[in-house]
Amino acid sequence: MPVLTHLEAIRQGIWEEMERDPSVFLIGEDIGVYGGAFKVTQGMLEKFGADRVIDTPISESAIVGAAVGAALMGMRPVVEMQFMDFIACGFDQIVNMAAKIHYRWGPAVPIVIRGPSGAGVHGGPYHSQSNEMWFVHTPGLKVVVPATAYDAKGLIKASIRDNNPVIFYEHKFLYRRIKDEIPADDYVVPIGKARVARSGTDISVITYGAMVWTALEAAEELEKEGVSLEVIDLRSLLPYDEEAVLESVRKCSKVILLHEDTRIGGFAGELAAVIAEKAFEDLDGPIVRVTSPDTPVPFSPPLEEYFLPNAKKVAEAARRLAAY
Amino acid sequence: MTRSSDDPIIRFLHSATLAKMLYYLKVTREAEHRIERVLYRQGKIVGGVYVGRGQEAIAVGATIQLRDGDVSFPSHRDFAAWVIRGFTLKEIFLNWLARGNGPSRGRENTGHFGDVKRGLIPIISPLGDTCPLACGTSLVQKQRGKGEVTLVHFGEGTTSRGDVHEAMNMAAVWKLPLIFICNNNAYAYSTPTHQQYAVENLSVRGPAYGMPGVTIDGNDVLAVYESVREAIERARAGKGPSFIECKTFRMTGHSAHDAAEYVPKELFEAAAKNDPVTRFEKLMLARKVISARSLREMEKQIAREIQDAGAFAESSPMPRGSEAAEGVYCEEPCYWDNRVIG
Repeated sequence: MPVLTHLEAIRQGIWEEMERDPSVFLIGEDIGVYGGAFKVTQGMLEKFGADRVIDTPISESAIVGAAVGAALMGMRPVVEMQFMDFIACGFDQIVNMAAKIHYRWGPAVPIVIRGPSGAGVHGGPYHSQSNEMWFVHTPGLKVVVPATAYDAKGLIKASIRDNNPVIFYEHKFLYRRIKDEIPADDYVVPIGKARVARSGTDISVITYGAMVWTALEAAEELEKEGVSLEVIDLRSLLPYDEEAVLESVRKCSKVILLHEDTRIGGFAGELAAVIAEKAFEDLDGPIVRVTSPDTPVPFSPPLEEYFLPNAKKVAEAARRLAAY
Repeated sequence: MTRSSDDPIIRFLHSATLAKMLYYLKVTREAEHRIERVLYRQGKIVGGVYVGRGQEAIAVGATIQLRDGDVSFPSHRDFAAWVIRGFTLKEIFLNWLARGNGPSRGRENTGHFGDVKRGLIPIISPLGDTCPLACGTSLVQKQRGKGEVTLVHFGEGTTSRGDVHEAMNMAAVWKLPLIFICNNNAYAYSTPTHQQYAVENLSVRGPAYGMPGVTIDGNDVLAVYESVREAIERARAGKGPSFIECKTFRMTGHSAHDAAEYVPKELFEAAAKNDPVTRFEKLMLARKVISARSLREMEKQIAREIQDAGAFAESSPMPRGSEAAEGVYCEEPCYWDNRVIG
């Protein structure tokens, strides 16, 4: 099986859907001749032509709105946000228009809005954010956050085939660092189904996106000390796999909720509430959160390192919890 | 800006088309009267009520020219667009009265409902959001190559929003078959135009983005017809978008609860003398396109249609409360598949 990077897997997923379905088209800034700021859409203009790979003015709101209009006409647009930080400029079209049309008067709005998010590359406050919770709090949207290259391909394909607006977070730190063997068959990974990234018995670490790799690194470390971590990769946050979360918590009886997003209003808060409601009797220790602090994402390397969760911070939290 | 009865346009149009235009003007005025001044005041319509009293000519003169495959994005003051695109008065009243068998099944108020098949896509309350959508529909129309067009209506207040600017720029860059129709009714809620923009006519913005821009008398249904006809012809021929500013006047408050005391009385008085419905009615009588007797027949028919639709809607069921939780996502089985309208 060919080995592809996270980025190449996403590109291949989009490519295959473009070949499979003529209603799929791409729209965004610098995605055509330039192939996208990170080159996710490289080669697509040459292959699919300017009607299906559309470079736009810098107008995120009009880009998302045009995608919604095209979707109402039977198309399946895939929007690239050059950085997910800039999605704020199209926020109204996403949360007020795209998310609510089906509920309000019936039509499907099959659009995907995808792009690079996350920190760790010294991008500063506007090229580093993990803003997925803006959309997790909006009924009508789906929010997808892959960790592996295999999942990135399978989930982008599932997102393109979905009849609802999907916000697809690609972690830029993973783009060229993470690789997988990608099977040749036309597979999709269903949205809403979590994955056990590592099976363990003592503490369940529930996480998503790039932090899955951080959790796995911490698990290696803790194994040497005789503490067994289970790592759950949520893959999507809206909808999310509540059953898989509860199952892992019941099995391990202790839980760490880990994300790169900041703390207040982060997904860990929602998970903590559900675990407290539905698995309270199964807990043998406090629910522990490891997240970024409630600040913007800083630029300078020591500041960014302080900001981000890492394997050391997760391992320390796991040691304390194991001793509880 | 008054039109004489000798104007050539009235000779150019078929008398049946002219009679239809009069019907749409009058049915709008009467239906909105029922909504704003009867049902709302009786407490039968809850929530906001926004009507287009005084600016009916714009939706009529523009929408009547659309064909199958064209798309209309009316504003909240363009009632006639729904009627012209084939929505029944029953559907419209069911929606206003929040009924479970209405087109939005009680999920949405006012005219926030549409139908892609009938080529009408509704606004949302952050006005101007439909302009980018109109870029998307007209982009698909352009790629289909069948000469289809999109019309998008919005008020002058909405032109201050970024979405309108982004959409006008995008439409011009891509030469989209899209007509921007600005219903300039002089007030954005309570804010007069001099506090909204610093140009005399908004139509200067057309050329600023690279498309033609005109300012016309929006209370003259034939002037609207003519300028929209030119813009549609241009769009169908692949020559790109146009911007049409229709100057008119909102002869009521922003919504039914608003007495509009901020509007000088003289302006309302002047508007009453320039009423687009009576203006066209007088012209039609003077030109003998319609007889006084046919006009009375038309009025009786309209009154009957509104009476029937209103009574039907009032006797229709409200939705079940628990339906609120259904149909958030478009998934099998689809909540909307078993929709029964009317």
